[in-house]
Amino acid sequence: MKALRKLLDKQKPHFEKGGRFEKFHSAFDSVETLLFVPDKVTFSGSHIRDAIDMKRTMIVVFVSLIPTVLFGMWNIGYQHFISHGIVPELWTSFFYGFWKMLPIIIVSYAVGLGIEIIFAQYKGHEVNEGFFVSGLLIPLIVPPETPLWQIAIAVAFAVIFGKEVFGGTGMNIVNPALTARAFLFFAYPADMSGDKVWIADKLDAYSGATPLGNALVGNFDKIPSPYDMFMGFIPGSIGETSVLMILLGAAILLITGIGNWRIMFSVFAGGIVMALLFNWWGANEYMKLPFYYHLIMGGFAFGAVFMATDPVTAAQTKRGMYIYGFLIGVIAILIRVFNPAYPEGVMLSILLMNVFAPLIDHYVIESNIKKRLKRMKDLVSN
Amino acid sequence: MSTEIKEREPLFSAKNVKLLKNPLNLSNPITVQVLGICSALAVTAKLEPAIVMSISVIFVTAISNVVISVLRNGIPPRIRIIVQLVVIATMVILVDQVLKAFVYDVSKQLSVFVGLIITNCIIMGRLEAFAMANKPWPSFLDGIGNGLGYGLILVVIAFLRELLGSGSIYGLQIIPHQFYEMGYKNNGLMILPPMALIVVGVIIWVQRHYTRDLIEKN
Repeated sequence: MKALRKLLDKQKPHFEKGGRFEKFHSAFDSVETLLFVPDKVTFSGSHIRDAIDMKRTMIVVFVSLIPTVLFGMWNIGYQHFISHGIVPELWTSFFYGFWKMLPIIIVSYAVGLGIEIIFAQYKGHEVNEGFFVSGLLIPLIVPPETPLWQIAIAVAFAVIFGKEVFGGTGMNIVNPALTARAFLFFAYPADMSGDKVWIADKLDAYSGATPLGNALVGNFDKIPSPYDMFMGFIPGSIGETSVLMILLGAAILLITGIGNWRIMFSVFAGGIVMALLFNWWGANEYMKLPFYYHLIMGGFAFGAVFMATDPVTAAQTKRGMYIYGFLIGVIAILIRVFNPAYPEGVMLSILLMNVFAPLIDHYVIESNIKKRLKRMKDLVSN
Repeated sequence: MSTEIKEREPLFSAKNVKLLKNPLNLSNPITVQVLGICSALAVTAKLEPAIVMSISVIFVTAISNVVISVLRNGIPPRIRIIVQLVVIATMVILVDQVLKAFVYDVSKQLSVFVGLIITNCIIMGRLEAFAMANKPWPSFLDGIGNGLGYGLILVVIAFLRELLGSGSIYGLQIIPHQFYEMGYKNNGLMILPPMALIVVGVIIWVQRHYTRDLIEKN
């Protein structure tokens, strides 16, 4: 540890103003703050700094994603071998999936961080940690067979138009990872939906439809058992299949206090309420689907835990969080059941509510001001 | 006699050339004044309809500018908008009939958007802001200039959208089929109107990067 600190201190002058590598200051800074907690102090205003800065926050989210990453790798291999009629061993599947997923992760990070560093240099600020998590989220929400060049374009689009044009990390209106997925979904629909893309190198004869795909075309008898869907032994986007692993990640986020329980809770509540409403209505087979199916199919759990809780794009007020989360759940189920063009509604509902989050906050604050004014007036008149 | 000749402005004086040139960049109807966005999103999926649309708009702005400029002293101020609309509508119907007669396919593609030139804010804006207060010749140049400014942006958007969305330019396949065999695919989002809005945004970004005067000071 000490040797590392010494090495950094020795190199530091080269990267400061007037040094040889002044241009690469932001790159150096990002490495240094990743390795050591920065020793910066406040200059004005409040003099209390939380020991946990953005990098530590992001690391916790990163750790909470690891269970889904590992399971996703295993599931890529497992689905591949199953489709060929082979029952594989644990490590065979894992390494097959590992080599499938690694290039996606590398491309996602290389393109995203590359663009971030270019923008940081150009605008003269530090490289932000924001992409640290987005770069891992993007591989988790695409099908395993997505071509790498498509991922590169989608990541570039998401980082530039989802984030940098608004002013970088912390200023974005919509979630960058979901922007990347939305871009892929609309730009290359053939590679992002249907029953061909969810299993790597599958045999043609084997049906590769996801539970949502089956539900959409009315094959309700082909939907896997709730146990399989909960554990994640189903085809789907890499990280979204296993609700168990997602809940493990949610536990890490909630125990450390990084993730917001209000949003997670209200997304699930919204989904359950809407699904129960549909059950009660019962106009077609899809509506009669038991409500818990909706929670374990597709990306609902993943979206609720990792996407909706993004602190930048979610609502900030406590009451706003309930409204924001609840509407995400409601709209996601609504799109699934009603819109035949989109089998999965979670992505679209989160993006939509991202846009509305500032409005929700505005009205929550306004109503609070009104309430307090009224209280004040009552006090004065008495 | 000689004094009168001196007072006469040359046809392409610096002032008049400015009327033509300014709308191309500094006061571009789409990227600076943000007018006519609706049709810029709707007709730019392919280059051909975009070009036809641009020519139509150039024609309508120029001619109605001249007509209104000629009539400007006789129009009662209270009904001027109605008079302007009648002139524009006449021109648009003319354009529509010509398109139907000579380029029927494109006219089909443009569908209602030819008729909707009437509601294009650029034209009304130019009539109100310029033709009502200027002589016919400057008005004509102003109309051509604004039409060209509109058309320029339309053609750039359509070029990018057709190239990336359909792999062709003016209906001609540009991206070789070897690319497709290697796994390249056309970008479906480019065909959809939202991407046109983002392309407009990118054009504004590039334009402001080079023309610093356009950046608002705050």
